[in-house]
Amino acid sequence: MFLYTKDAPKGDIRKVYGETLVELGRKDPKICVVDGDLSTSTKTAMFGKEFPERFFNVGIDEQNLIGVASGLAYDKDRVVFASSFAMFLTGRPWEIIRQHIGYNDLPVKLVATHAGITVGPDGASHQMNEDIAIMRAIPNMRVVVPADIHILKKVLYKAYETPGAFYIRLTREKFPVVYPEDVEFELGKGFVLREGKDVTIVAVGLMVSHALDAATLLKEKYGIEAEVIDPVSVKPIDGELIAESARKTGRVVTIEEHSIIGGLGDAVISELAERYPVPVKKIGIPDTYGESGTAAELLRKFELMPEQLAERIHNWLRSL
Amino acid sequence: MNATKSVEELRKIARQVRIETLKSIYLAGSGHPGGSLSITDILVALYFGGYANVDPQNPYKPDRDRVVLSKGHAAPAFYAVLALKGFFDKELLYTLRKLGSPLQGHVSRKHTPGVEASTGSLGQGLSVSLGMALKRRLDDLDYRVYCLMSDGELQEGMTWEAAMTAKHFKVNRLIAVIDNNNIQLDDFVTKVNSGIYPIEEKFQACGWHTITIDGHDFEQILKALDEAVKVSEEKPVAIRAITVKGKGVSYMENTPAWHGKAPDREKFIEAMRELGVSDEEIEAFLNKYDK
Repeated sequence: MFLYTKDAPKGDIRKVYGETLVELGRKDPKICVVDGDLSTSTKTAMFGKEFPERFFNVGIDEQNLIGVASGLAYDKDRVVFASSFAMFLTGRPWEIIRQHIGYNDLPVKLVATHAGITVGPDGASHQMNEDIAIMRAIPNMRVVVPADIHILKKVLYKAYETPGAFYIRLTREKFPVVYPEDVEFELGKGFVLREGKDVTIVAVGLMVSHALDAATLLKEKYGIEAEVIDPVSVKPIDGELIAESARKTGRVVTIEEHSIIGGLGDAVISELAERYPVPVKKIGIPDTYGESGTAAELLRKFELMPEQLAERIHNWLRSL
Repeated sequence: MNATKSVEELRKIARQVRIETLKSIYLAGSGHPGGSLSITDILVALYFGGYANVDPQNPYKPDRDRVVLSKGHAAPAFYAVLALKGFFDKELLYTLRKLGSPLQGHVSRKHTPGVEASTGSLGQGLSVSLGMALKRRLDDLDYRVYCLMSDGELQEGMTWEAAMTAKHFKVNRLIAVIDNNNIQLDDFVTKVNSGIYPIEEKFQACGWHTITIDGHDFEQILKALDEAVKVSEEKPVAIRAITVKGKGVSYMENTPAWHGKAPDREKFIEAMRELGVSDEEIEAFLNKYDK
């Protein structure tokens, strides 16, 4: 069912976001898009070019960006997509998101690009490793982290069709294709991408393909059969699917390109603590800041490359 | 447009709004009397002077005027105006801030008909109003957006992000009224952060038309709103209404201490008497609601 191989082609996540926005804009003449001077990077400029009257580039003022998006959305008769880099879309105006979009569950779909450590050379100021944590803390906010271009497209359509607030997390980097084009996405329903009996790996975003590669290495090098799950949405999260897997494997590893505080790992642990407590190893960015470097260099520094992941998982399993 | 009332009638309604505001705050045991009383006359002029085009029977009809109470802590006065206008039963005013009440401590669109934006966190209303004004253009309807602001929230950077962006998008039919009572929670605005002054020049620099008035003189308020309605066809308008915090209750007037606390029974009775409520009426009210 799943396309992924070690040599899977890469898909341009941001370009697909821009193209899908244009598609949605043609379908629904009421959709509006708001951006803050990053539209050529987030690719919302593609929408702006075709629908200039429904596109608002407010400049470098993210608090106002959220205020304007909220004002457009308060009547709930228009779906609004609002974009910037993850740091500035979620960090700078967090309380305004909470006050209007969260509290009133407005149909504003916050789509952030350039999340995580892979934003690379820009350094710590731009490396947003805390966005999943702060967004999932807001009541009503749905948090989705697509792993490739095909699921992203389905996520965007689902966010458009579903009333209320969404946070969709994208990165700057291109991702390997994991899913077939006709994949179906349901909010709160994850996918088992590889079956195994020894350990469950739960990953989101770019880390899904890394987890799949790590699972192959675990089998080849150590004979460990890892089950790999992509929950796609971190909130609501498919706790049932994860707990079911944990019942089989008895051990769970979470992998995310995000701080190990408050992100996917903690969401998984919360579910398992109630449903089926097992030992969990959280892998991600530790409680620290990044620095300048290429995406690959930084992934290596934080030991998130497939062979490093396989090694870490193997060592952890041995230590239990 | 709603039927216009005479200045004399507006004064009577304003007195009623002040009475209901203080009754609700007294029963709640908390709230913001100072900033509610300072904006009362502006609210009354807007809702009863023939400006805010709203229909209490159909509070969210598409072409209604949007009134955003950016200074969400003036909720008690706003609720009193909405109740007198017929949006909900006046009895509800006496549930203000109580568990389960639709009248939240700061206005909430989720809870109360007639509320356009949930506020309480200052400095956000102008930006939300800007979004609504941009939406109006897309909707191609004739409504206006009124944003009622405090002077203190001019200290929030987001206010100015919105002010300059309104110019960039050549927004029209957006009217901001600044309740300039010169008092914020800690002290006088001039003492805490006087940098908000001069107000008019800042808005003018952002491309707004400005009008300065006495915010308790109905003739001036109505004239300013007339001018704002006209000029706002071309560019956004900011009305700086110079007001008195706690207006109408002498011991509250111009006193920072009355920004955010409720009067005790004795002080409440004193305020009611000053607003012309008879001792019999006060006693009947207290017997019924303040057990």
